[in-house]
Amino acid sequence: MISQLSWKIGGQQGEGVESTDRIFSTALNRLGYYLYGYRHFSSRIKGGHTNNKIRISTHPIRAISDDLDILVAFDQESIDLNAHELRAGGVVVADAKFNPVLPEGINARLFPVPITSIAEDLGTSLMKNMVASGASWALLGLPLDVFNKAVEEEFGRKGAAIVEKNVEAVKRGADFVLELAGGPIEEFQLDPADGKQKLFMIGNEGIGLGAVAGGCRLMSAYPITPASEIMEYLIKKLPPLGGTVVQTEDEIAAVTMAIGANYAGVRTMTASAGPGLALMMEAIGLAGMTETPLVIVNTQRGGPSTGLPTKQEQSDLNAMVYGTHGEIPKIVIAPASIEDCFYDTIEAFNLAEQYQVPVIIMTDLQLSLGKQSCEALVLDEIAINRGKLVRELPELETHQLFKRYELTEDGVSPRVIPGDKGGLHHVTGVEHDETGRPSENSVNRQKMMDKRLTKLNGMYIRDAVRVDAPHESADILVIGMGSTGGTIDEARTRLEKDGLKTNHITIRQIHPFPTDLVKSYMDNAKKVVILENNATAQLAAQVKLHVGQAEKISSVLKYDGNPFLPSDVYKACKELS
Amino acid sequence: MATFKEFRNNVKPNWCPGCGDFSVQAAIQRAAANVGLEPESLAVISGIGCSGRISGYINAYGLHGIHGRALPIAQGVKLANRELTVIASGGDGDGFAIGMGHTVHAIRRNLDITYIVMDNQIYGLTKGQTSPRSAEGFKTKSTPEGSIESTLSPLEIAMSAGATFVAQSFSTDLKQLTLLIEEGLKHKGFSLINVFSPCVTFNKVNTYDWFKENIVNLEQFPDYDPTNRIAAMNKIMETNGMLTGLIYQNKERKSYEDLVVGFQEKGLANQDLTLSPEHFDKLVAEFK
Repeated sequence: MISQLSWKIGGQQGEGVESTDRIFSTALNRLGYYLYGYRHFSSRIKGGHTNNKIRISTHPIRAISDDLDILVAFDQESIDLNAHELRAGGVVVADAKFNPVLPEGINARLFPVPITSIAEDLGTSLMKNMVASGASWALLGLPLDVFNKAVEEEFGRKGAAIVEKNVEAVKRGADFVLELAGGPIEEFQLDPADGKQKLFMIGNEGIGLGAVAGGCRLMSAYPITPASEIMEYLIKKLPPLGGTVVQTEDEIAAVTMAIGANYAGVRTMTASAGPGLALMMEAIGLAGMTETPLVIVNTQRGGPSTGLPTKQEQSDLNAMVYGTHGEIPKIVIAPASIEDCFYDTIEAFNLAEQYQVPVIIMTDLQLSLGKQSCEALVLDEIAINRGKLVRELPELETHQLFKRYELTEDGVSPRVIPGDKGGLHHVTGVEHDETGRPSENSVNRQKMMDKRLTKLNGMYIRDAVRVDAPHESADILVIGMGSTGGTIDEARTRLEKDGLKTNHITIRQIHPFPTDLVKSYMDNAKKVVILENNATAQLAAQVKLHVGQAEKISSVLKYDGNPFLPSDVYKACKELS
Repeated sequence: MATFKEFRNNVKPNWCPGCGDFSVQAAIQRAAANVGLEPESLAVISGIGCSGRISGYINAYGLHGIHGRALPIAQGVKLANRELTVIASGGDGDGFAIGMGHTVHAIRRNLDITYIVMDNQIYGLTKGQTSPRSAEGFKTKSTPEGSIESTLSPLEIAMSAGATFVAQSFSTDLKQLTLLIEEGLKHKGFSLINVFSPCVTFNKVNTYDWFKENIVNLEQFPDYDPTNRIAAMNKIMETNGMLTGLIYQNKERKSYEDLVVGFQEKGLANQDLTLSPEHFDKLVAEFK
């Protein structure tokens, strides 16, 4: 029995790779296995090689694996492109239709299953996904009734006849492969899972759910990979709560509409990726200057320009930290798990209102789109906090304005919203006085700059730095952000076996930089390895700027469009040690 | 009920003496009072430019944003609290150059806001460059040999984008302008009111006298039917866009707010944000 296994399905985009993955993984989730998915896809709708990889485990996992146990191939290209990942003794289930062959030197077993013809016999080649997932399921020797229940739920709405056909497709796929393999494959028999069904979602769904829980009722956004799932989720969930999503004409409209709605008192978000974030910059400055709460999600993908729009990268850090002109207070937070996506989004709405600043939630493509198991989420863990929002106000005298930008000790002023009596004030991106009236007075200017820029002094989000530091003094401290944490931990397990003492911190508060927290762990490490999916070591630059200790720091960079593998991290750390 | 004086504040506009924008300011104040608004129930959202300062010169809630983006900000305000009356305003550069994309889409979207453009055919605040509204051959600091681009017709664009309320006025005709703003405020949907508002400092061609000579008031055509879209388009073309009055109104089309599924009469900003545990459990169950 084994504790974890990797499965991949490949084919042409649009021929059922996604749906096969969905059915197969939904059924596995039912049994309580931990899952971690990775989507390799191109910026096109039909055609082009695509593959989905799932890690299946009896214990929590947050990384894709270096190797592969089962490859399901809808075409020869999928074999040619992915067979090298197969470990010795791995299995390829391929559609017999294209007369599959294994490339030379691949030590794996090939099971040609007439996937297309079984599906066509049952009425439609669309059922290829069911035949393929049935065959995969059978090889693992898992109970077919659980699988059939997932099928029923997927197709129940379409009627019993459709369900029956799909169940039959699963059975025929399973029977055929078992005949070829002589039964389930012994070394693929997973230990039973704990049976507790996990939540299973992508990061973007975690963000969407967090937004709903955090009181967000409006979203304005422009479609872009890999952010669109957030708006697609919210347009289904906000209307029953009285809210909505507006698909705007561009990202500038998206962010300014969100600013208008936040100004008027409704928690509103927008989401985009690098190109859209670049368009939003001027408006983010407006939110900073006018102290208007604002939540923006930036799902990073390969840049620059259109770059690698469907591939992993973490290269917008500088843009998020430094992007706006002039100087404004801004918070950049980086969830590192699905659970973070949920809780951080709630917190982002709180921070935006408590500090009256723009908050950017930065994810990366792997975190936003990789479907993963997720622990139970608790609605009330973070209570909604609207900061210094005041709704009941005394009346104003004639020509008196409410001091919306009152100079206070903590730099945060009371906030009112249009519509409320006694709150009249002006808002402008021009430098202004306490009532919001334009002012070029130099004394006022300095006071207002200081007010805004000191608001975030001493601010830490919960878990600003996530720590796994078992060693008082470490040989290597590995620092990462975003989706790389699980990969680092897998590599560390191997490094520890080799006798290396490793600590690991994940920086979740990117800006303002949590210097003290990071420094304390760096002080206790001989070497520091900073891992990031970009070419210019942007996170390392922040660490060097704020903490120093540059002589200790080495960067491990990957910017080929793919997430880190545990072996990447392992090798890099070994070379340093 | 508030009088127009209650929409005045004690701020002296930084407009040049004789600027057309003063009358627009007065017309907004009068119209707001005439339709029964209170200062706190009105939000004026403006762009950047001389005219963009107007939000600071009206005693109401006001937001002076960034260049060209008054409309998306105003739409955000209205979505957040539909109980508010929302006016967006700015100049022809703001709305028809840098912000043209938003203008067209705001028209299509048809949220219930009133957009007042102070159209002076020139860039004033940056001291005299060409605008999309400048005539061909118009000489400015940025077009010393005369503009070689065709003049943009905001009225035709608005009509073709599916506008439900299109009007035009001249800043000296305070009576007509006030009435049109009132009609715009009462219209259930997006209302565009383009106002010829001469720049006395940088535009020596499109002067008050020039407008008086060239404008055609729709009152001259007693049979004109502003609900007839084809007639409206024809009249705009016949007069080369130099007409004033209510040009087109479609009272049939519902506003965006009325079409959004689940949108309530009560402003979202005044609703409870909390999610019930039962609702949350239902959302979470979808991920099992």
